[in-house]
Amino acid sequence: MLKDLCKKMFGRSLWVYHANSGGCNGCDIEVLNVLTPYYDAERFGIKLVGSPRHADVMLCQGPAMRSTAKALKRAYDAMPAPKLVFAIGSCACGGGMWHDSYSVIGPVEKLLPVNFYIPGCPPRPEAIIYGVAVALGLVEKKTAPVQFKQLEYPIPRYHPSDLHVQNDMVVYEKVEKV
Amino acid sequence: MSMLSKLKEAIVGLKAGRVTLSYPAQPQPVPTKFRGRPLFDAAKCIGCAGCANNCPAREILVIDICQEIRVLKYLGRRCAYCGRCADVCPEKAITMSQEFENATNNINDIEQKLDLFMSTCQRCGRCFKEPSPLEQLKLKGYRFDDLKNDRWIFRSQSHIGNEPEVDDVKIEMD
Repeated sequence: MLKDLCKKMFGRSLWVYHANSGGCNGCDIEVLNVLTPYYDAERFGIKLVGSPRHADVMLCQGPAMRSTAKALKRAYDAMPAPKLVFAIGSCACGGGMWHDSYSVIGPVEKLLPVNFYIPGCPPRPEAIIYGVAVALGLVEKKTAPVQFKQLEYPIPRYHPSDLHVQNDMVVYEKVEKV
Repeated sequence: MSMLSKLKEAIVGLKAGRVTLSYPAQPQPVPTKFRGRPLFDAAKCIGCAGCANNCPAREILVIDICQEIRVLKYLGRRCAYCGRCADVCPEKAITMSQEFENATNNINDIEQKLDLFMSTCQRCGRCFKEPSPLEQLKLKGYRFDDLKNDRWIFRSQSHIGNEPEVDDVKIEMD
């Protein structure tokens, strides 16, 4: 549904506004790298604008911090209605390495509804282009959650409530396989 | 003079040719020492939780759901790809892959969860303590990380609540 909306509303011109709410400038440099002729992002119609009022997409870098939360929220509110938020970098995706410190609220999604996540510290320019291409529907996303589950456990599980003393011996009443 | 310099500039521009990469259409190779997403091998992992104790972002969570099963969860969302987990792993169960195209619309797509079968001491019910450098890690007995809120808990006694203690952010927002 989001992809259809992207295709309908944005077509081939995403105007991005890049908001740093307290990151280390690593992701900023990578985003600016994307806009250079080497990784020419303007062939996708991406253009960097200076004001959130002109923007379709907000590129968030850095975690949501207590000092900049209000400003970030105001910048988001100033954007016109069909708007996307990209969280770029591990700070914006998950709060970064100092996610539990005093001045950091956490990931950007605690303040704004985030549509696309581009993890990496900092993400490569290719990774940012890939994220934009996923958002535009040019390529499929590659990631999927991985889960290893033990189907059968070789040792039975004992509960202390099932232990009973019988004739000076401890007897397990029922042996349960998990 | 300025005309000449402009001509020079034009010649440099013409000489350079086309430099733009056709990236999403064609794959772009990464440097050989590039560290991408860490991949966890459940067959090799012994569940020592060394990675969880050494992760600077505190995003590898370990919880013992019962006597024999230890759940190891890698969130991936705030991973800085520093490679410390792969460095400290005694069994080399963690490999830093070269995947960097992890862009997704659902943050839970990049997490990995392992169910590990742990053999425990028949007497005390704890995992075996090895006479190795891993002994110096702060792992003693059970771990009770908060999988529901994705929080890392240092000791089993300490509890980190869901809400932050200093909660004046809402006042700032309104």
